[in-house]
Amino acid sequence: MQTVFSIAIDAFAYGMALFIICIGLSLTMGLMRVVNLAHGAFAMIAGYIASYAQRELGAGYAAALLLAILGTVAVSIPLERFLYRRIYGSPQLTQVLMTIGITFCVIGITNFFFGPTLKTIALPASLSTPVDLGFRAVAGHRLFVMACGLVVAAGLWFLIERTAFGIRLRATVDNAGMADALGVRTQAVYAVSFAIAMGLAALGGVVGAEFLPIEPYYALRYMVTFLVVVSVGGAGSIPGALLACLVLGAIDTTGRYLMPDFGNFFFYAAVIAIVCVFPRGFLGRAQ
Amino acid sequence: MSGRKLLCAAVGALLAGTVAAAADTVKVGIIGPFSGPFALQGKNFQAGVEAYMALNGKSVKGHEVEVIYRDLPAANPQQSRALAQELIVKDKVQYLGGVYFTPDAMAITPLLAQANTPLVIFNAATSAIMTQSPLVVRTSFTTAQTTTPLGKIAIERGIRKVITAVSDYGPGIDAEVAFKKAFEAAGGQVVESVRMPLSTNDFSPIMQRIRDSKADAVFAFLPSGPTTLGFVKAYNETGLKQAGIKFLAPGDLTQESDLPALGDGALGLLTTFHYAVSHDSPENKRFVEAASKAIGGAEQLSFPAVGAYDGMHVIYKMIEATDGKQDAKKAVDAVKGMAWTSPRGPVSIDPETRHVTENIYLREVAKDANGRLYNKEIQTFPNQKDPGLATQ
Repeated sequence: MQTVFSIAIDAFAYGMALFIICIGLSLTMGLMRVVNLAHGAFAMIAGYIASYAQRELGAGYAAALLLAILGTVAVSIPLERFLYRRIYGSPQLTQVLMTIGITFCVIGITNFFFGPTLKTIALPASLSTPVDLGFRAVAGHRLFVMACGLVVAAGLWFLIERTAFGIRLRATVDNAGMADALGVRTQAVYAVSFAIAMGLAALGGVVGAEFLPIEPYYALRYMVTFLVVVSVGGAGSIPGALLACLVLGAIDTTGRYLMPDFGNFFFYAAVIAIVCVFPRGFLGRAQ
Repeated sequence: MSGRKLLCAAVGALLAGTVAAAADTVKVGIIGPFSGPFALQGKNFQAGVEAYMALNGKSVKGHEVEVIYRDLPAANPQQSRALAQELIVKDKVQYLGGVYFTPDAMAITPLLAQANTPLVIFNAATSAIMTQSPLVVRTSFTTAQTTTPLGKIAIERGIRKVITAVSDYGPGIDAEVAFKKAFEAAGGQVVESVRMPLSTNDFSPIMQRIRDSKADAVFAFLPSGPTTLGFVKAYNETGLKQAGIKFLAPGDLTQESDLPALGDGALGLLTTFHYAVSHDSPENKRFVEAASKAIGGAEQLSFPAVGAYDGMHVIYKMIEATDGKQDAKKAVDAVKGMAWTSPRGPVSIDPETRHVTENIYLREVAKDANGRLYNKEIQTFPNQKDPGLATQ
């Protein structure tokens, strides 16, 4: 029983880390209809910035996290303006080629500036010490990741469903021409949503660095995992992505405990089964 | 430069010119990962080679040595063979060296006899490579060679039950088999063997399994880099360290360039390996100084550099023995049984297997006076051959 609880906690933490990184991708793919394969690259940029800020500028964890998010958003704004804006509404192949190209450029540039070694983001003492839950010790940062995941989920739901910006965003997504005619500044809406998505990628990259360490090929290494989460959850759906992360995290973690020799078999078998039953993902919207 | 110095230099150049006119250039082709995810290991190859040439000159008996590097970013046997072919046919190299991954080395071996070219392996660490061609010499180590002493160490330290956790790929399974054999021979019991997928991101389920197995220690093997980091972190965070479960591994896990990333969590990890950058000897001091200069900082230095340094030594001896002529058999015969003092300690080339016989050290990760982590050598197992080859 103790083992079951223990695995459940690990699965929840891993699922939440995935959620924070992937939800931004889910938004770009579902709401903005851009297949952004460079999503992981933005998480990676954030990781590099955070690690650089800590090592060279002596910033604390919170300051490094903040700098990483601001820095990544700052990088994403001109990219959105000059590159992404050209591919909204383009065929998906164009989007895939463009964004994978951006990924390779980002990998090359970060390696040139920050070097090819593994980068770590040191945790403050409060997050690095194990917390005793009675039946087992859990690393503090795992609890932090879970909390972050829940806050992000609630915050995004509120933003999209309950605010004026959310109304404009939904209108723009459903019919950009009509929204424009009604006085919604659609380009600004897109730019802001893109910045939010990249900010979330940045948050996920830094907070999730304990699970997915920041290294030169981060953007490519985890790309498939990110895409799987979005397709299983349903692009654009926040509860869907949450559900997908929890289910996939649970399957992956349990499979690894019970039968590690099977590798990622259970993970991908589950993905195939889910996508067969729910072709648009758990809670995907009709396109 | 003053006039006199200039004159001296001119005369020197003239003299060198006359010698060179009588001599020739011997080309050495080196294949390694100089770009991509393993670029740091390739840079270490280059640092080892450059350090050797800086300390021992760029010519042997009047034969100028020219090194040609070829980049092979990741394990790719097809490309490895193509690069070797190109080096042999187009660049006319007399010697091949380098090679980081086993499958790449395996793909080159069939070419050697035909091309009359010896291959000196700087890293690739699977025992079986040596049986593929009589023209292969290896100056690195094998997983079985570095792992075997751990079995005895575990028993000496009162460990009776061990769970093994290795990455599910060739070297991981080699390590598991070698450790199990040595540990059981010494009287221990392996209670469980876990093979982890190479793409594992979260290791806590594995840690739970280790805990549930009730073993005294875990023997681990993973490729260096992100996976190692995740594994060691999980080991600390899930409280296995506090619970007193010991950690045993071959030295790939705590290679010096990964130590800063591992941080204090690495303190006290026990590993066995053939080389630590901290090895205390005058030869190593000279080597570390020259290699750090070549790579641009001691913190990037790691074990492939020493394999390359000694590999270059073997190639120099081969050039000397054949007087610059291309004769692979004579060259290899000349280095069989050869012994010298390497930066890692006394080494020799086993005449039977052409694999390096060397000391294996037990090391513990510790902090030096400046607060930097390093591998502290605490016990020596002298003159270890490759037990993996003995069984074949």
